[in-house]
Amino acid sequence: MYDSIIIGAGMSGLAAGIRAAYYDQKVCVLERHYTIGGLNSFYRLRGRNYDVGLHAVTNFTPPGAKKGPFARLLRQLRMTWDDFGLSPQLMSSISFPGIELQFDNNIDLLRSEVSREFPSQIDNFDRLIESLIDYDDLEQKHFETSTRERLEQLISDPLLIEMILCPIMWYGNPRERDMDWGQFCIMFRSLFLEGFARPFDGVRLILKKLVRKFRELGGELKLRTGVSKIKVENGRAIGVILDSGEELTGLNILSSAGAVETFNLCETEENIHAHTTGQLSFVEAISTLDKYPRELGHNKTIVFYNDSEKFHWERPTDDFCDIRTGVICTPNNYCYDEKDGDLPDGVMRVTALADYARWRNLDKVFYPKTKNNWFEQIQASAIRFVPDYRPHVIDTDMFTPHTIHRFTWHENGAVYGATRKWLDGTTAIKNLFLCGTDQGFVGIIGSIVSGISMANQHLLVRS
Amino acid sequence: MTPAEIRAAVIDILETIAPDEDLTNLDDTKEFREQMELDSMDFLDIVMELRKRYRVQVPEEDYENLVSMGSTVSYLEPKMAGIPAE
Ligand SMILES: Cc1cc2nc3c(=O)[nH]c(=O)nc-3n(C[C@H](O)[C@H](O)[C@H](O)COP(=O)(O)OP(=O)(O)OC[C@H]3O[C@@H](n4cnc5c(N)ncnc54)[C@H](O)[C@@H]3O)c2cc1C
Repeated sequence: MYDSIIIGAGMSGLAAGIRAAYYDQKVCVLERHYTIGGLNSFYRLRGRNYDVGLHAVTNFTPPGAKKGPFARLLRQLRMTWDDFGLSPQLMSSISFPGIELQFDNNIDLLRSEVSREFPSQIDNFDRLIESLIDYDDLEQKHFETSTRERLEQLISDPLLIEMILCPIMWYGNPRERDMDWGQFCIMFRSLFLEGFARPFDGVRLILKKLVRKFRELGGELKLRTGVSKIKVENGRAIGVILDSGEELTGLNILSSAGAVETFNLCETEENIHAHTTGQLSFVEAISTLDKYPRELGHNKTIVFYNDSEKFHWERPTDDFCDIRTGVICTPNNYCYDEKDGDLPDGVMRVTALADYARWRNLDKVFYPKTKNNWFEQIQASAIRFVPDYRPHVIDTDMFTPHTIHRFTWHENGAVYGATRKWLDGTTAIKNLFLCGTDQGFVGIIGSIVSGISMANQHLLVRS
Repeated sequence: MTPAEIRAAVIDILETIAPDEDLTNLDDTKEFREQMELDSMDFLDIVMELRKRYRVQVPEEDYENLVSMGSTVSYLEPKMAGIPAE
């Protein structure tokens, strides 16, 4: 009998596990995949290291900062700033045709860019910053109001609205077209008021530290151990049945598998509407170069681009991908420590919106062909906003919504999960709780904080 | 434990929870939150560390007693009197 059973060894599940184990619970983390990380895992291919998700660790604050999610999670996990090995970004941009707003980890740069390009809007922009809800004041009732309506009340130039929405939706909006105001506030803070950073060794560094901590505290991590059912008796979750058929019992179950995904595991009549299932998934075209991007004149960390004045954030309905907008990430362009130097190769990663169903329905012959075809198109779209790196490509890899689904089991390969969030983590089933993406905090730091706070509230305080 | 020992135990917990805080000049009569950057999660950690280390239970209705060092020590005194100091 476990005190706590946690489903999923992604960021949130591992963080929740650390908290439970630290307070002497008998706890296990169950992961169906053969490795840890979930949406933010890592792999090796033809001798090179790849990260699945990591473009930038958001919410970056410098050592000694006491406020904000990053400082909070370090305290809660009893870890040090150095454990995450973060190096800050150089500079990023929001690039639209003929206009660009640059930003870095100090909001002053973005403010000065806004006042240069939109002189009539700078006071409005400041008012927007003042009206953001604080992390601790997020409640379901203001959370779900329309961001577009809010922004239209605050900012009178529609182009500036689209330019602000582009990076924010890219890094954390599970809904199509509009965004929950609460989610917008979280993401605005984490991108612009805090910032971007990356560990030199990539996401594996963070994951390995989390796992080591969990194990040192006596937690059990079981890989290749999928949960096929959550056992429910009289409206109360009492344990899980594994893919192997084995049963485990637990006092509480905390799931990071996603809300819809978790409810589908329950032996219960309770069913939630399919329309909350997220629709937004991505492809990513990763290129390894024989030169460093800076040698080609590219010094930006992340470029969020959109090729018209209107930003469209929706699932492509008539093709495999929508390449009007995208994110170009250059992992070389961080201020790494001198002792580390630069990464072994130059890397350019480009993300575009994609339709899960179309990718899933391809057969073995057409899947790789379609990948190659879109790889070319995505690169051609991106080089309108960064120097043409195509002649320098020496190796490539690409993942699709199908890949994301295959390795994380998230419905539709939806990276930011369901279109509504379960902020308090409770479900209609007693002793079954949600953490991670569908609780409401996305991203690496967000999902870690989610795991911590749900473990505190539901696994620790009540017991 | 004597009040002085309880105070030292609470300081040790605060050092674990918030290693970046300088606690040498902590004023026992002032609220913790006026002197340190403690949020509600950290606050719960004090309660949970007390349970972990000394098996002392602090029910939710008593949390208000933990606002300052002075009030915390007086509140814990009867609960921790029987615990030997380390
Ligand atoms: C392409 C991409 C780019 C990204 N870029 C960034 C970025 O630059 N910065 C950033 O901060 N964030 C980024 N993210 C987002 C970030 O990775 C996620 O928000 C975060 O990792 C979510 O963590 P989680 O714990 O909530 O969920 P997950 O990581 O999905 O954890 C859930 C785990 O549960 C497991 N699981 C599911 N079903 C079962 C079952 N039945 N039994 C057992 N185990 C199960 C899954 O395998 C998975 O490991 C990106 C994500 C992707 C996909």
